[in-house]
Amino acid sequence: MNLKEQPILSVRNLTVRYGEGCPRCQESLEKNRCPHCGSVWAANNLSLDVFPGEVLGIVGESGSGKSTLMQSLYFDLIPTQGAAYLQMYKNGRQSIWEASAAEKRQIKNTMMGMVYQNPIRGLRMDYSAASNIAEKIIAAGSRNAGQMTQRAKELLQAVEILTSRMSEAPKNFSGGMQQRVQISKALANNPSLLLLDEVTTGLDLSVQARVLDLIRKIKAKYGISILLVSHDLAVIRMLADRTIVMLDGKIIESGLTDQILEDPQHAYTQQLVHSLL
Amino acid sequence: MEEGQFIGIVGLSGAGKSTILKCIHRTYLASEGHIYYQSAAFGQIDLTQASEREILYLRKKELGYVSQFLNVMPRTTAREHVMNALLETGVSGEDAKSRSEEMLTYFRLPENLWDIYPNTFSGGERLRLNLAHTMVKQPRLMLLDEPTASLDNKTKLLVKDMLVKLKSQGTSMIGIFHDLEFMDGLCDRVFNISEGVIT
Repeated sequence: MNLKEQPILSVRNLTVRYGEGCPRCQESLEKNRCPHCGSVWAANNLSLDVFPGEVLGIVGESGSGKSTLMQSLYFDLIPTQGAAYLQMYKNGRQSIWEASAAEKRQIKNTMMGMVYQNPIRGLRMDYSAASNIAEKIIAAGSRNAGQMTQRAKELLQAVEILTSRMSEAPKNFSGGMQQRVQISKALANNPSLLLLDEVTTGLDLSVQARVLDLIRKIKAKYGISILLVSHDLAVIRMLADRTIVMLDGKIIESGLTDQILEDPQHAYTQQLVHSLL
Repeated sequence: MEEGQFIGIVGLSGAGKSTILKCIHRTYLASEGHIYYQSAAFGQIDLTQASEREILYLRKKELGYVSQFLNVMPRTTAREHVMNALLETGVSGEDAKSRSEEMLTYFRLPENLWDIYPNTFSGGERLRLNLAHTMVKQPRLMLLDEPTASLDNKTKLLVKDMLVKLKSQGTSMIGIFHDLEFMDGLCDRVFNISEGVIT
């Protein structure tokens, strides 16, 4: 851990608004909606830093803006305003949201990996597990079939999927296996930043445990930085070094994970911690 | 507190003893006041104001926190638990393994328990594992939060013996204890806390 290291990702003043907005929005928002113009502020002036090798947890209830943040970072939606500086892209001097379409593809394919809550969003269910990974490798510019097969094999082994099943389509896999294929796909091009959006939600406990152990191993083995969204405080406690709490599109509290869980400062976080533990 | 000293804190339950330790460890945020710590890496640093990154660094390298409770990642064996403390500071696998085994031996955790999940351990075994996990990093300041609560006398003596050894090696310690007899001959200074105030 080098304290002089620059953040691998810096998000500044990210706002995602649905609707035109009006001058009275900011002072009169009810939850995240303006009663005058009806605009919804899904993300409202978010700023955060992720440092090399750390896991930053993001908690908050449904609709708090967690996934909006993740999807903005992965170019799934276009922010209304704000900037995100990624160390690997132009040494963090230009916001990734100002990148050209080709650069955005390159950022998605080589610098970041995303794992969605719903594997349907991250995988092609009818293609084989190996093809899913190969697709990502091809997108990064490789054309060597032998190398691709070898890499797919390594990655699937790393997430404990039998090589004998690599030519099967993920639609035949269980939910936990699909999630593991998604993780291996996200890791295909050795990204520096992994975005994990509620990856264990909806899985049964023993499968959850396996996926969480896998994430822990990946963190230890590759030293990758992870942005981890979850509404499950047990997951956050287990994996996150620092944690951000979101409510109604805003960051209301941030701190060391054990401090957030044991000495929460904001009334909402106190309620969250007391209702879940 | 001088370097190498052992400070004991006594007081009734609810007096605020653990709160002090948790504020030093920054698990709790102090509402007011300052905690100045002489760090090897940063020089004098106010733990109430230090950045989260600085605190994470200090926890990995300089501060140790031991309680009677087990705080182990699920599905992690005793040996892995101790090794992880080193691996996360960048020590290589082989080195971490041998140093961890040394520590487990030092704290007399039977070898047949090393590859078992510690949630089956007795109170004394858990404490010895906690001590091994914390001490393997050789922290400069160790915080002991009622580590001997719920231990039988024989195990208590074993722990005391180890704390005496650690002190002789120069580790600074702040400990909360219930029984005064245990602290006898161990502490350089003792503070009695009542209703959040040192009396």
